[in-house]
Amino acid sequence: MSTDIGADIGAPAAKQPLADRESFLAKVFLLPSIIYIVALVAIPFGLAIAFSFSDITAGDPSFDWAGLRNYRAIFDDPTFWRSLYNTLVFTGISMVLIVVLGKVLANILVANFRGKWLVRFAVLLPWTTPVALSTISWLWLLDNVFSPIDWVMRRVGFLGPGENVYWLAKPWTAMGSVIAVHVWRLVPLAAVILMAGLVAIPRDIDDAARVDGAGFWRRMLGVTLPLTMPVIAVAGLFGAIMTFTDMAVVYVLTRGGPTNSTQVLASWAYFRGIQGGDVAQGAAIALFLFPLLLAAAVAILRSVRRMETL
Amino acid sequence: MADVVEVRDLRKLFDSTLRRGRGGKVHAIDGVDLATEPGEYLVLLGPSGCGKTTLLRTIAGLEEPTSGEVLIGGHVVNGLPPRARKIAMVFQSYALYPHKSVLNNITFPLKAAKLPPDKQRERVRWASELLGIENLLERKPRQLSGGERQRVALARALVREPRVFLLDEPLSNLDAKLRAIARDELKRFQQRVGTTTVYVTHDQVEAMGLGDRIAVMQAGKLRQLGRPVEIYDDPADTFVATFIGSPPMNLVPRDKHLVGFRPEHLWPIENVTAPDRITMPFHIERVEYLSGDRHVYGTIKGIGEETRVIARLPSTIDTPISADELHDFSVRAERLRFFDKDSGLRCDPVPLT
Repeated sequence: MSTDIGADIGAPAAKQPLADRESFLAKVFLLPSIIYIVALVAIPFGLAIAFSFSDITAGDPSFDWAGLRNYRAIFDDPTFWRSLYNTLVFTGISMVLIVVLGKVLANILVANFRGKWLVRFAVLLPWTTPVALSTISWLWLLDNVFSPIDWVMRRVGFLGPGENVYWLAKPWTAMGSVIAVHVWRLVPLAAVILMAGLVAIPRDIDDAARVDGAGFWRRMLGVTLPLTMPVIAVAGLFGAIMTFTDMAVVYVLTRGGPTNSTQVLASWAYFRGIQGGDVAQGAAIALFLFPLLLAAAVAILRSVRRMETL
Repeated sequence: MADVVEVRDLRKLFDSTLRRGRGGKVHAIDGVDLATEPGEYLVLLGPSGCGKTTLLRTIAGLEEPTSGEVLIGGHVVNGLPPRARKIAMVFQSYALYPHKSVLNNITFPLKAAKLPPDKQRERVRWASELLGIENLLERKPRQLSGGERQRVALARALVREPRVFLLDEPLSNLDAKLRAIARDELKRFQQRVGTTTVYVTHDQVEAMGLGDRIAVMQAGKLRQLGRPVEIYDDPADTFVATFIGSPPMNLVPRDKHLVGFRPEHLWPIENVTAPDRITMPFHIERVEYLSGDRHVYGTIKGIGEETRVIARLPSTIDTPISADELHDFSVRAERLRFFDKDSGLRCDPVPLT
C-alpha cells in the first residue's frame, strides 16, 4: 500500500490524465474567449483603422491607400462636429441622470416593504426589453400627432385643444427625447449595480451612524456615498459607455433628425458608411469613439481596484 | 446623576424566515422586565440566539419592540430614533467608518450634534487621552490592530458624553490575552466615567468579572437577575446553574427533584471535615490537570440516581486519585441546591437520608 503511494508521488506528471493537468486546462478554457475577442473585437478594430486610410466604398471594395483624405473630409463636415457634440452631450447628461435616478431606485430596491418583488420586477423590465423593441414603443409615445403624452398634457391643461408638442420634430425636444429614452433603459442596470454596493455596506456601520446621532442626509453624504463611490463610478461608466456607443435609440426615434440635430457618432458612421456606401469615411468617424471608450475602460479598472483595497 | 435604563414587559417578534408565508413568528424577546441602577454596569448574559443583542438594539432604538416600553432616565423612548435617545453603542465589529481617519471617526458624533469646532477639538482630545490613542488619530481603521480599533470605538462612543453606554460583545474579536487586559481597562474606564452601562456577552468570565449585576437570558426570557455571587451560588433554575460555572454545576436526579452542587465543592472525604458533610461513593474514570486544578470525571451513587459528575480539586488538595478507583467523596449540605425536576426551578431542600 505505502509503496503504491510512493510511486504515485515519484512520477505525477506522467500518470496524470490530460483533464487534470492545469497547464493544459488553462489554455483550453481561455481559448473560446480569445477566439471571441480576436474575431469580434481585434479584427474589426484593425479593419476599421485600415479602412479609414483607404478609399473603399460599397461600390468599389478594392483597397487603395488614401492617406488622411477621409479625416480631412470628415473634419470639414459640420455634421461630424454636430455628431461629436451630440454624443458628448447625450452621454454626459444621461450619465448624471442615470446615476442620480439609479441611486434613488437602488434605495427603493433595498427598502423592505410589502410587494417589493413586484416593484423589483417592474424596475428591471426596461433593462430586459430589447432596445429596438422598447424604442419603437417610445416612438409611438412621442408620435407627432397621436402621442399619448400630448393627450395627457391636453387633459391636464398644459396644452390647448388640438395642440401638439411635436416631440421628435423640433431639435430641443428631440434631443430631450433621445436622452430620456437612454436614461429610461439604463437606469435599471445602474440601480442593480448601486444596490449591490448598498447591500455590501455592513449593517453595523449604518447602525453606528444612527446611534452616533446622524440623520438621513448626514448618513447618506457622510457614510453611504463615500463607501459606495467606487460602485457609483462603475455604474456611471457603464451608463456612459452604453449611451456613447448606442445608435439604436437615435436610429429608431429620429434617424438623426430633424436636420442632424440628434445625430451621434455611431449613427452618423452608420449612415455614412453603410447606407451612404462610403465605408472608408464611416470607419474614420467610428474611430473617434475609441479614445473616450479607452479612457472609460481605464477609469472602470481603477475604481474596481479601489474597491478591492477599501 | 447617572440615568437609569428600564424595560417593561418588552416583547419582540420576528417573522420566521424558515416558515415564511405560514405566519411563523419567533419570540426574540418574550416579556422581559429589567431596570438598571444609576451608574450600574449591567451585563446581559446568555447563549447565542437568546435575545440579548435584540434587547440591546431595542434599547438603542435600532429595533422597535412589538410591545412593551423602553425607558431611559425615566422617560418612555419608544418610537424615538436612536439619535434622540442620547445613547452610545459599541458594536461587536466596532463598525468604524472605514473611509474616515480615527480623528474623523471620533469627531463624527460631535459634528452630528453640531458642536462648535473648538468644543469638538477639546472633546476629541479628552477622549483620545483617556483611551491613549492620541498617536493614532491620523490613521485609517484598517491600519489599526484589534485592540486599537476597540479603543477607537470606545472613544467614539464616549466623546459625546452619552446618558447610557450599550456594548455588544466588544471583546469577542480580541485574542485571549488582549481580552483579559481590555476587560480590566473597560471596567476601570466605566468606574471613572460612571455612566450606566449595559453590556452584552455570551462569555460568563466577562460577565462575572465586569458586571455589577448579571441578567441571565435564555430563549427570549430573563432567567435570573442578580450580583455575580448570587448568580453563581444561588442559581434560580437549572439553566442558570449549568450555564454559569466551568465545569457546570452537577445535577443528580432524585425522585421528583434534582440535587445540585458545584464541582469545586465535591472533595475527597478526608478533606471535608465539617459535620454536615454528605458522603457518596465516586467511581473515578478520568483525571485532567488544568492550570493547577484537578478535574475528576466519574459517576456517583448514593444521593440519587447514578450520575456522571465532575469534581474540581484545587492544588492544595493532594489526596492521591487515579482512574478506575472507587473513592468516597463528600459535599457539605449547605452547598447543596435543590431544583424541581419538571420545571427546573429552585425549590426547598429535601432530606437526603
